[in-house]
Amino acid sequence: MSKVLVIAEHDGNLLNGSTARAVACASQLGLAAVDVVVLASDGSAVAEQAAKLTGVSTVVLVQNPVNENAVAALLAPQIEALASDYSHVFAPSTTFGKDLMPRVAAHLGVPQISDIMRVESATVFDRPVYAGNAVITVEAPEGLVLGTVRTASYPAVTQDGAATIETREVSVTLPSHTRYEGLKTSGGGDRPDLQAAAKVVSGGRGVGSEENFSVIYGLADKLGAGVGASRAAVDAGFIPNDHQVGQTGKIIAPELYMAFGISGAIQHLAGIKDAGTIVAVNKDADAPIFEVADYGLVGDLFEVIEELEKAL
Amino acid sequence: MKILVGVKRVVDYNVRIQVKADGSGVATDGVKMSMNPFDEIAVEEALRIKEAGKADEVIAVTIGPKVCQEQLRTALAMGADRAIHVETDDEIQPLTGARILKALADKEEPKIVLLGKQAIDDDNNQTAQMLGGLSHWPQATFASEVVIEGDTALVTREIDSGLETLSVDLPAVISVDLRLNEPRYVKLPNIMKAKRKPIETLTLADLNVEVAPSVTVLKTSAPAKREAGIKVESVEELVIILKEKGLIE
Ligand SMILES: Cc1cc2nc3c(=O)[nH]c(=O)nc-3n(C[C@H](O)[C@H](O)[C@H](O)COP(=O)(O)OP(=O)(O)OC[C@H]3O[C@@H](n4cnc5c(N)ncnc54)[C@H](O)[C@@H]3O)c2cc1C
Ligand SMILES: Nc1ncnc2c1ncn2[C@@H]1O[C@H](COP(=O)(O)O)[C@@H](O)[C@H]1O
Repeated sequence: MSKVLVIAEHDGNLLNGSTARAVACASQLGLAAVDVVVLASDGSAVAEQAAKLTGVSTVVLVQNPVNENAVAALLAPQIEALASDYSHVFAPSTTFGKDLMPRVAAHLGVPQISDIMRVESATVFDRPVYAGNAVITVEAPEGLVLGTVRTASYPAVTQDGAATIETREVSVTLPSHTRYEGLKTSGGGDRPDLQAAAKVVSGGRGVGSEENFSVIYGLADKLGAGVGASRAAVDAGFIPNDHQVGQTGKIIAPELYMAFGISGAIQHLAGIKDAGTIVAVNKDADAPIFEVADYGLVGDLFEVIEELEKAL
Repeated sequence: MKILVGVKRVVDYNVRIQVKADGSGVATDGVKMSMNPFDEIAVEEALRIKEAGKADEVIAVTIGPKVCQEQLRTALAMGADRAIHVETDDEIQPLTGARILKALADKEEPKIVLLGKQAIDDDNNQTAQMLGGLSHWPQATFASEVVIEGDTALVTREIDSGLETLSVDLPAVISVDLRLNEPRYVKLPNIMKAKRKPIETLTLADLNVEVAPSVTVLKTSAPAKREAGIKVESVEELVIILKEKGLIE
């Protein structure tokens, strides 16, 4: 029977918003069922959240103390064991899914399709290449289809579902060669998550320093926005890495994206192609960011932000 | 201890690629080609590990047509000791690439395989993880710091929620992220020296590798283009527009 398994991303307590987006993509396959698997140490709270996602039939809960942290080398054999019941296995194309799914694919000897942005049929998909400057339409070979979903291409499904939760034992031997040592979060405070935020305020090299970035945070807080950055700003140490937007950072689709002191390199633009409205402020009238901005303002970002703060 | 490093020839990151009108791919004739930027970082890291006395030999590997040897020469000029060219004119997808790298790892028995986190042409971000899976080795992807201590590596990974640390036993596959290091510039005398360093050429058949199941590319198209917008003259004008659109209050 054709059905799809979506791998839930979570932190042990909360289901990550990327899961509901991957479910949205999986629902378009037109298969008999969309199931979600939660691999966790306990995970019951996560499973309940997943059961609410519209369109999900069954939430499979795999409880194992080794699943306390998401380590690809430990999760992959478990997913491999579950995959035999499915025609498709999808995960969000976040660092979690990107780390995990190719390893699963290798175990199963099938290719994996990265960053699915459109479902043409159950075996034909569109995906971006060259930092989104080209789109290829690919057909998966006969057999199990493995993919990661470009979350910016899919709005999250609603939460009107009532899936059944099924606890499953998965008995496979797991390696001991990989140990989780810890996570240092950048502590974004109460700011909205970059990948889910409706508004994002971003700063680039033009912001000049870590101290100066406070004007970006200030404006973001006034607007209730998430905070993004260019690679140059992250490399220079103005802001932690998890704020990087772009080809090799986060790909986002907020309703409003405001770029301050960002030139608009193709690698950066790859991360904002799906933004609703792009506003760019740059002192260089020829900056390439103006080629994609809906509203461009040539000027000094510090002066502009000061005026904006007053006007809001 | 040996380190194997993946080096892929790709369209240079500064090039604005053009999709061919007939949908058959992107135009690469006369386009500047370079080593995948992530692979430069991988080569640099391998060299630093060696320079710290923790490895004896750095071997650069590329898979692709004859011209890919240019990128191997760059790796050799950076300081790699020798290079392996797995020659093929066919498009190699990540699972086949990982099979080839596994065959080379079986042959060379490196303690570390360093690859880029993604090739900036196909943007797949798969090969390292697949090699990890095929070899049943640990994997530490998206590395921004690598510390080798005896038979383990402590790797800091750039993930969506921050910086994660994994400890992995060697041998292991590590894929590198942008902030791991800044690759050195190649000095002219080293380019001359690199010409004398050995490049071994092998085929898939030599390595007993069969092409893995692959996806078929049906067509290549240009992405939906964003309409060019307008320039506003003042903050006031911008605020009025954003309010009208209901984007700010
Ligand atoms: C493999 C690879 C992957 C990459 N991935 C990414 C990625 O994921 N994301 C990403 O962002 N980049 C990425 N890059 C880097 C990218 O190529 C650019 O180098 C980077 O985006 C530049 O950042 P920037 O616009 O902040 O800096 P710059 O290009 O230096 O631009 C700074 C801008 O600020 C303006 N400015 C300066 N002062 C002021 C002021 N007071 N007021 C207003 N404007 C001002 C300047 O006019 C300039 O346009 C990648 C590069 C490579 C090679
Ligand atoms: N043809 C190739 N030759 C050498 N290394 C490769 C090749 N293809 C991929 N790699 C390695 O695998 C990494 C990830 O590639 P990909 O999975 O295609 O995004 C690259 O950065 C290289 O280190």
